[in-house]
Amino acid sequence: MQLESMYQEIILDHYKNPHGRGLRDPFDAEVHHVNPTCGDEVTLRVKLDGDTVADVSYEGMGCSISQASVSAMYDLVVGKPVAEALETGEHFMTLMQAKGDPAVAEKLEDELEDAVAFAGVSKYPARIKCALMSWMALKDASARALSTTVSATHPTTPAGGQ
Amino acid sequence: MTSTASRPDTGARTPLPLDVEAIRADFPILSRTVRDGKRLVYLDSGATSQKPRQVLDAERWFYENVNAAPHRGAHQLAEEATGAYEEARAKIGAFIGAPENEVVFTRNTTEAINLVAYALSNAATAKEPEFRTYAVGQGDEIVVTEMEHHADLVPWQQLCERTGATLRWLGLTDDGRLDLSDLATVVNERTKLVAVTQQSNILGTINPIAPIVERAHEVGALVLVDGAQSVPHQPVDVTELGADFLVFSGHKMLGPTGVGVLWGRYEVLDKLPPFLTGGSMIEVVRMEGSTFMPPPQRFEAGVPMTAQVVGLGAAVDYLQRLGMEKVEEHERALTAYALEQIAAIPGVTVIGPPDTVARGGAVSFTVEGIHPHDVGQVLDDLGIAVRVGHHCAWPVVRRYGVPATTRATFYVHTGYDDVDALADGIRAAQKFFGTV
Repeated sequence: MQLESMYQEIILDHYKNPHGRGLRDPFDAEVHHVNPTCGDEVTLRVKLDGDTVADVSYEGMGCSISQASVSAMYDLVVGKPVAEALETGEHFMTLMQAKGDPAVAEKLEDELEDAVAFAGVSKYPARIKCALMSWMALKDASARALSTTVSATHPTTPAGGQ
Repeated sequence: MTSTASRPDTGARTPLPLDVEAIRADFPILSRTVRDGKRLVYLDSGATSQKPRQVLDAERWFYENVNAAPHRGAHQLAEEATGAYEEARAKIGAFIGAPENEVVFTRNTTEAINLVAYALSNAATAKEPEFRTYAVGQGDEIVVTEMEHHADLVPWQQLCERTGATLRWLGLTDDGRLDLSDLATVVNERTKLVAVTQQSNILGTINPIAPIVERAHEVGALVLVDGAQSVPHQPVDVTELGADFLVFSGHKMLGPTGVGVLWGRYEVLDKLPPFLTGGSMIEVVRMEGSTFMPPPQRFEAGVPMTAQVVGLGAAVDYLQRLGMEKVEEHERALTAYALEQIAAIPGVTVIGPPDTVARGGAVSFTVEGIHPHDVGQVLDDLGIAVRVGHHCAWPVVRRYGVPATTRATFYVHTGYDDVDALADGIRAAQKFFGTV
């Protein structure tokens, strides 16, 4: 039985009681991302306050992994500077590429908090995209928000990686 | 994870027409285990079928004994390779009741459909007048159905975009059938081609082709039948079908990947310009221009997938030995049992016809409160391979108001034990996610 390694209690909690769900006004950028292999979708809005992520609001449909991931991301990035939020996204990407290596998860525990529970997902290549969809949407929306807001006099180039 | 829930016992387990144990012994992959030693319960033949040893042996035989490029060279191997390739063509043609010169090999169903779609747009600019017979242009209409796989939808959307033609479609009824009530208006004198699937890859519905062919031919339109999910699972005869084109894939009918078939009525194929051009398909080449071979060679540019065609020939032999009527009956018995077992689970909704009337063995369903991905993950953990998602038929899942489904598909090696494993697995998923 490998299931529990993917569906950690924390993931199921986020799935059943998502944090920050719903689309809210005002916002600086809205993006719509889909996972074309399965049809999962997320609409995500970002509101910036200067260089800080003031709010992330979202609606989406998808599996427990994709829905729990966006909820855990909400907890992690709201209130953080954009650059730091995107860096957290890079850490999450690293976790997803770890092929279940517990050492990687352990190292990222502080940065990823609840989201480190997604380590088990990295053993299932078909599900990694589910976990990453909302982070991709955040990266996209932040870039758009920065390019449209007046405060973005020093637009941060999103840290590399796809 | 165990399930103690009892399954309904209504005596639906009629003896299966095929000897499942004997057939399983022919499929090497079925003896492997998955996810920590679990028996592989393969319920994803609708995506791609597993291959019996006879097919694998045929490919190996070709490479070990006669490998050469067919239709080129005068050496013995070239002769024998050409012979093996053309023998397989005749065999595959006979399987669908077609003469060999009406059988064109493509990479798969998708490429076969694209071949026709591009031929119809290439026709408009062909320098040979006879190649312009079926040209599609502005004011013309192409008709599809809302039930099509993306492979039988997107190429037609693209054809319309290239030519200025209009795409129209037949809708679906709530019970998973084609809505033919407006057939006479949707298919009209502007229609150039109607493309329809014979068996839905997601709903399992078997469509009535005859009335569509009758209406299309009444207005002079061509009919292409997508047989990707029908040819592997039921007897199909092109004469009975009455259409102008039938397309299907080798890999879904026990054959290798990389080979598909376009069958076309010769007089239609003969008037189509080529899609892909290059070697093998030419008659005379000069710097100023070239002329092309008659069908089927006109549509087979380059060195073909010879070993795979030979493998598909062996797959056809295998299916014919079992008998396609028996294959169809076998799957009907399994489908009846699966519909009963699965629909009896509280919270499970079957998407598609609820009984086996005009229905094949694709059983799609949703489980209340559990996303199909998560259902699939629990099943996978138990060794059960199913398909989850929109099954390359996004408009269909949208039509029935679900984001995705879980789909089980059956084939010649499927037994009641596989269906029982599926039903137990669904109950296990419900238990795991706490929805019951």
